[in-house]
Amino acid sequence: MSLNTKDIDKLCELARLAILPDEIADVSAKLSDIVALVDQLQSADTDGVPPMAHPLDRSQRLRADVVTEADERELFQENAPLVERGLYLVPKVID
Amino acid sequence: MHDNTLALTARALRAGDYSSLELTKHCLERIGRFDGTLNAFVSVTAEHALEQAAEADRRIAAGNATPLTGIPIAHKDIFCTAGIRTSCGSRMLDNFIAPYDATVVERLGAAGAVMLGKTNMDEFAMGSSNETSYYGAVLNPWDHDAVPGGSSGGSAAAVAARLVPGATGTDTGGSIRQPAALSGITGLKPTYGRVSRYGMIAFASSLDQAGTLTQTAEDAALLLEAMAGFDSRDSTSLDEPVPAYSKALDEPWADLTIGVPENFFDEGLDAGNAAAVNEALGELEKLGARRKSIRLDNVHLSVPAYYVVAPAEASSNLSRFDGVRYGYRSPEAMGDDLNGFYRRNRGEGFGAEVRRRILIGAWVLSTGYYDAYYLKAQKVRQLISNDFAKAFEAVDIVAGPTTPTPAFGLGQKTGDPVQMYLNDIYTIGANLAGLPAMSVPCGFSGGLPVGLQLIGPHLSEARLLRTAHRFQQASDWHARVPAGYG
Repeated sequence: MSLNTKDIDKLCELARLAILPDEIADVSAKLSDIVALVDQLQSADTDGVPPMAHPLDRSQRLRADVVTEADERELFQENAPLVERGLYLVPKVID
Repeated sequence: MHDNTLALTARALRAGDYSSLELTKHCLERIGRFDGTLNAFVSVTAEHALEQAAEADRRIAAGNATPLTGIPIAHKDIFCTAGIRTSCGSRMLDNFIAPYDATVVERLGAAGAVMLGKTNMDEFAMGSSNETSYYGAVLNPWDHDAVPGGSSGGSAAAVAARLVPGATGTDTGGSIRQPAALSGITGLKPTYGRVSRYGMIAFASSLDQAGTLTQTAEDAALLLEAMAGFDSRDSTSLDEPVPAYSKALDEPWADLTIGVPENFFDEGLDAGNAAAVNEALGELEKLGARRKSIRLDNVHLSVPAYYVVAPAEASSNLSRFDGVRYGYRSPEAMGDDLNGFYRRNRGEGFGAEVRRRILIGAWVLSTGYYDAYYLKAQKVRQLISNDFAKAFEAVDIVAGPTTPTPAFGLGQKTGDPVQMYLNDIYTIGANLAGLPAMSVPCGFSGGLPVGLQLIGPHLSEARLLRTAHRFQQASDWHARVPAGYG
């Protein structure tokens, strides 16, 4: 199958990604090539094969539910594009 | 002194032939001389390096040095380094100053290694040529018109050009082994979970693994034993003891059987690569190994399976980059609504290849396609893993080519993502199955280096390193230096 420009629009919305109008045709063509590549999977006989959960067949380790990290808000906010009184600023969300 | 292996450098520092400060200044001088052309480094941390080197010299004098104390290294710019820019090769993180050290950085630092800088890489480790970096392509020291491979291309070029004796890398689908092969050096991707992923910017979390790029297997062993081991801060870290890899290099290899997958030598393999790899396999036989022909029946599906699983995980991992807490924010984004704000920041902050993979990931995880693609790929991944498990019932190591061709030209494959992806046809299987694997220099094709790939069962790094070390004692491909960099 291939992905048309409408599909790309939908995916860009889902992935929160802006793509310029003059890029869509190229993105659509290249993504369709990738889809043709991954379509080869359909040739495999996977009846009765469980989907892999972990390459070493191990399960996720759990830790005790206790706070181990110190509060480093000021340090972390040095990387923020825009902060005010310790808060991250984004466009207005609620009127 | 720059052309010494890491092991020889360690001996020279201990013997007092030169100090870490002298060596560090010499390496920084070489980076200044050559890196304007090669572009292997995104950041050179000279001041930091000189401080670490002075401290290392004090530690050596005090007699409490480790084998890595005073050794200059470089970190792929995917590892967080406290107070130092960590860009991941992306405009998205061009201004990101990591607030903490990755475990790999912390452990090598604690051993006394001296960080010279952060190496260039494909953006978010997505690429096989280092051409997707926001900071531009890295040149291959063997041929300035060719790529060094990727995504750890800066680390590979820096070691190949003898700017630094060793560097870290990460390997999600071949990103250590493929550039090692194309640049004529030794690359090691350990078992999934062997080295902590804490502070290593995530691409595909079920595949990502940190490893080494060095001249020799002995050097890889020295770095790995300092890097590996359990880390409570990585939930997939393996709680297994770390063998003394460098001490195990000379142990005898009683009856080593090497399995050679027939289907790795198909029409896609360059004739020069095939000849060099076959010759290397013959050399291993002369050294006492037995060669056995095997088949990995589903390995042709490894690239398709990978390009479902890896983008799916990437689309999830990269959702954290939204321009709110850190990373790129478009100057115009505050004028948008919240949705438009995210879309603009991400659209401008990510390059074309990263955007493609996020979109493919979103697609394979979306309603109606999840079962047909994502679930199917995880089943095929299990089949590929089963093939290796079956092979390892009869053989100790699987060996073959690392890449289908030697280094290709800059710009040659950038217009065709699928052609680029097929570079990793021999390397991806080990990632899908979580196996340790290496690439070892084994000859040349058309004047460019060729890599021999060794793949072992889970946690068999010592066996792989021993095999590679034995091969390197009987050959000198790893000691060849590109013209102009000697």
